[in-house]
Amino acid sequence: MTELTKFTLSEARNALHKGDISSRELTEAHLNAMEDAKELNCFVAVTAEKAMEMADNADAMIKAGNAKGMTGIPIGMKDLYCTKGVHSQTCSHILDGFKPEYESTVSQNLWDDGAVMLGKTNMDEFAMGSSNENSYYGPVKNPWRAAGSDKDTVPGGSSGGSAAAVAADIAIATTGTDTGGSIRQPASFAGLVGLKPTYGRCSRWGMIAFASSLDQAGPLTKTVRDAAIMMESMAGYDPKDSTSINIPVPNYEAALKGDIRGLKVGVPSEYRVDGMPQEIENLWQKGIDWLKDAGAEIVDISLPHTKYALPTYYIVAPAECSSNLARYDGVKYGLRVAGSSLDDMYKKTRAAGFGDEVKRRILIGTYVLSAGYYDAYYLKAQKVRTLIANDFKAAYEKCDVILTPTAPSAAFALGDKVDDPLAMYLNDVFTVPASLAGLPGISVPAGLSAEGLPLGLQLLGQAFGEEQLLNVADVLETAAGFKHKPAKWWGDAS
Amino acid sequence: MSRLYPGATGDWEAVIGLEIHAQVISEAKLFSGAATAFGAEPNTQVSFVCSAQPGMLPVINEECVRQAVRTGLAMGCKINLRSIFDRKNYFYADLPQGYQISQFKDPIVGEGVVTIDLEDGSTKEIGVERLHLEQDAGKSMHDQHPTMTYVDLNRSGVALMEIVSKPDMRTPEEAAAYFKKIRSIVRYAGTCDGNMEQGSMRADVNVSVRRPGEAFGTRTETKNVNSIRYVTQVVESEIRRQIDLIEDGGTVNQETRLFEVATGTTRPMRSKEEAHDYRYFPDPDLLPLEFSQEFVDQLAKEMPELADAKKERFIRDLHITPYNAAVLTAEKENADYFETLLAATVDKTGKPISELGSLVSNWITSDLFGALKKLGKSINESPVSIEHAAELLGLQLDGTISGRIAKDVFDIMLDTGNSPEAIVEEKGLKQVSDTGAIEAMIDEILAENADKVEEYRGGKDKLFGFFVGQVMKKTGGKANPQVVNQLLRPKLDG
Amino acid sequence: MSIDKDTVAKIANLARIEVSEKELESTVGELNNILDWVEQLSEVDTDGVEAMTSVVEASLPRREDKVTDGGYRDSVLKNAPQAEHGFFAVPKVIE
Ligand SMILES: [Mg+2]
Ligand SMILES: [Zn+2]
Repeated sequence: MTELTKFTLSEARNALHKGDISSRELTEAHLNAMEDAKELNCFVAVTAEKAMEMADNADAMIKAGNAKGMTGIPIGMKDLYCTKGVHSQTCSHILDGFKPEYESTVSQNLWDDGAVMLGKTNMDEFAMGSSNENSYYGPVKNPWRAAGSDKDTVPGGSSGGSAAAVAADIAIATTGTDTGGSIRQPASFAGLVGLKPTYGRCSRWGMIAFASSLDQAGPLTKTVRDAAIMMESMAGYDPKDSTSINIPVPNYEAALKGDIRGLKVGVPSEYRVDGMPQEIENLWQKGIDWLKDAGAEIVDISLPHTKYALPTYYIVAPAECSSNLARYDGVKYGLRVAGSSLDDMYKKTRAAGFGDEVKRRILIGTYVLSAGYYDAYYLKAQKVRTLIANDFKAAYEKCDVILTPTAPSAAFALGDKVDDPLAMYLNDVFTVPASLAGLPGISVPAGLSAEGLPLGLQLLGQAFGEEQLLNVADVLETAAGFKHKPAKWWGDAS
Repeated sequence: MSRLYPGATGDWEAVIGLEIHAQVISEAKLFSGAATAFGAEPNTQVSFVCSAQPGMLPVINEECVRQAVRTGLAMGCKINLRSIFDRKNYFYADLPQGYQISQFKDPIVGEGVVTIDLEDGSTKEIGVERLHLEQDAGKSMHDQHPTMTYVDLNRSGVALMEIVSKPDMRTPEEAAAYFKKIRSIVRYAGTCDGNMEQGSMRADVNVSVRRPGEAFGTRTETKNVNSIRYVTQVVESEIRRQIDLIEDGGTVNQETRLFEVATGTTRPMRSKEEAHDYRYFPDPDLLPLEFSQEFVDQLAKEMPELADAKKERFIRDLHITPYNAAVLTAEKENADYFETLLAATVDKTGKPISELGSLVSNWITSDLFGALKKLGKSINESPVSIEHAAELLGLQLDGTISGRIAKDVFDIMLDTGNSPEAIVEEKGLKQVSDTGAIEAMIDEILAENADKVEEYRGGKDKLFGFFVGQVMKKTGGKANPQVVNQLLRPKLDG
Repeated sequence: MSIDKDTVAKIANLARIEVSEKELESTVGELNNILDWVEQLSEVDTDGVEAMTSVVEASLPRREDKVTDGGYRDSVLKNAPQAEHGFFAVPKVIE
């Protein structure tokens, strides 16, 4: 493919602003690349016509001198965002044919800044999954394969299509959503930067809900700088979301000072989990050394309730999802399967419309909220959640940011874990605690596994500490110098 | 005031509690900006939020919060400065979210006491358990299509106050009096229009029976009873049914029942309801509702005049009898009618308000109420307009007609709807105050009854009335009694 | 706290998801695995700990009482599987 698809977001922006390239040609190049990469199954809807129209508008914006960071940048939107008149189904069968009559706040923010929509990206149904194998539209293939192997690997999840699209250079950047790690883990699996901001930083209005107290929008990009640029466009207060926080959005790119001298980096002992591969342990140590070399002070910290984060998450998130997904009942939109009565219609529709993992979580969630079990499960979990949040508060008395691995492994083979929900859940062991505490986290590509698959390191920040987080991530990225790209095996491989 | 109900095996006591749903007076819905006005075309007052479209989020209407606090204050309840919105999960066609946002553990208003007035002039205190804010559901229409139910979401999301009593009532009269009292309170507070025909107020009636002094029996809940008379009927029929059932060796099922207007009795709901398990949990789309004591104090300061204050003012400033004041303030519409008519009468006659209170209140409580009772109409349906009523009282006050003639005119007004001035004109009912004419008449009568004149002068004072009667008879009751007195006395005394 | 087939059937009914007899078997196992695993939370001492209601430190924002939304029936009904005469239509309900 042409060099136009190799641009990072910031490079493309600079070229667009200088007039070296037009959004039209940039967009066209990416649409062609998407066509060529169909077998990766990154997109569930391509909006080529709309994209060209938006590109032309962006070019006009640039000419008029109104260009912003995202103007003219072709991106993929996760299928979870409601986009007016366009496929928005969280890759679920139950939302068959649903084309919202409204636009999500985050996508609208991006369009207002002149970003160009290429289409809607594949994902785990209702954002429930860590491998993108739970999509009604089939799994996404990670462009990365183990060195010398032709076996497909998963791109992670739930933002798997978003991750694979950027890794394959068919979108400059994409939006993801992160409930328990759904941006950071796929970023790690695909050699990308993935940022989950503080809960309340991005509006959830128009994002199809999975677990309301955890869901956050964020970008998947090629670099930390790209993430900073895109985050600035996506973020902002929204009076339509009661959990949105009214704090001005800083210029995140300006926060990338490249200087972290004197910064205290916490390293939590509890993240050294049993059975963690040595190569992950080694990479983590490398990360510690890189930051130390850059002038940071390394501090041993303790997050004592870490091991309880996953079980807590797998009570809280299913509980919320069991209620959030009650609206999919065959009445107002989406699939309806005929039944002999209203209840029969509900049951048949929901049985046919939801995939196995979604049903599993709805049932777990229904159970933990039901009479007699609420206190033992849900209430208990929300108390442990308080303890987990308190752990972070105490830790941030001693340090500014926290460094951990992003995921306990590199991308695994497609089909490897589909029959073992618990093994699948363990993918999020390092990402879930910060989600429960509402804190920001970013995954930065830091190295390759022995098999040649990307591995990420995660930095966690304080509430609304995205500027500092991005600054450290930028330093880490530079030190790691991760320049690898997957070998192209798909499409017109020449 | 415990009343006992005799059964075949001894006496029974009834225990009654009411859950009253009162629609909050507000322009827009509780969590969406759609309108609340009654009677709109189906689904025209529905937003994406109140139709539970994917990704939509609730934002609370501050006026609904104020209205709940005002109502709480009017009932003398504790106001909770922090309350929580919970989701009550269940599936129904007119519940688009699959849950109702309500308040479960921590309502906005806590305990209080209201005093009810009973027929025999006694009063009783009934405990209020709580008041919470919640969303109304939509409306299902089962009779529009042979195989389908039609759903209109105009009401979906309209704010309701659910006012829960303690099980302090023992008789149908008490239940009716309590319902009436709550209606009066919310109407005075201006928080609910109390319009039962439009469904603005309806009660879930909980009834159980027990042997006096024993523990509560199993209760039934009869849903959505929308008139004071129906509440009486529900309680009466449930008490009878439950006593008969138990005495025949049966047991009362804890169940939901429906009131059937045609028979005046209740029946179990036909739809098979599994044991309710609403799986309440705090709504993660909303934060705790918090406000300051100053907010509450300000609302208390701005409260409209409530029944008790109004009653005192009527007695103190308008010099009306305590009995009339009590009757007029029991229902806000009566007090409103009185004050409007009083003002109109002041306008009409130019007399000071303190001189008119007594006349106007007497006229309303005896003449008007008597007529309305005969017609079976409420004050708002009165066939006599405020304007005509003021005109009638004005004619009486300025001496155009006598009090006796006023009653005749009022009867004609009720029949014809004509203005009193027109009636007086047409029927020639003007009071005769022409001293010349009356004097001539008196002379005539004295001449015709010389014997009686003698008796009178001989000390039979009582005959004065006879002469007055003769004058009135001659004038068809139109002679001004004052003028007659003035002229008659000197002539008789000779 | 291990759950059996009846419990799963009850939950599935509450959640309005049809589960066949065959699925019921496998679901019991899967759910028990997950529930056994989350059971470890009982080790945590949570005496006196407040349950989290929100990770956001803010109080509930309130909007003005103004009609700002609605009045677009066609859009509301547009995605409905069945809409008639301005209503959503569902299989008949008997109360
Ligand atoms: Mg009730
Ligand atoms: Zn209620």
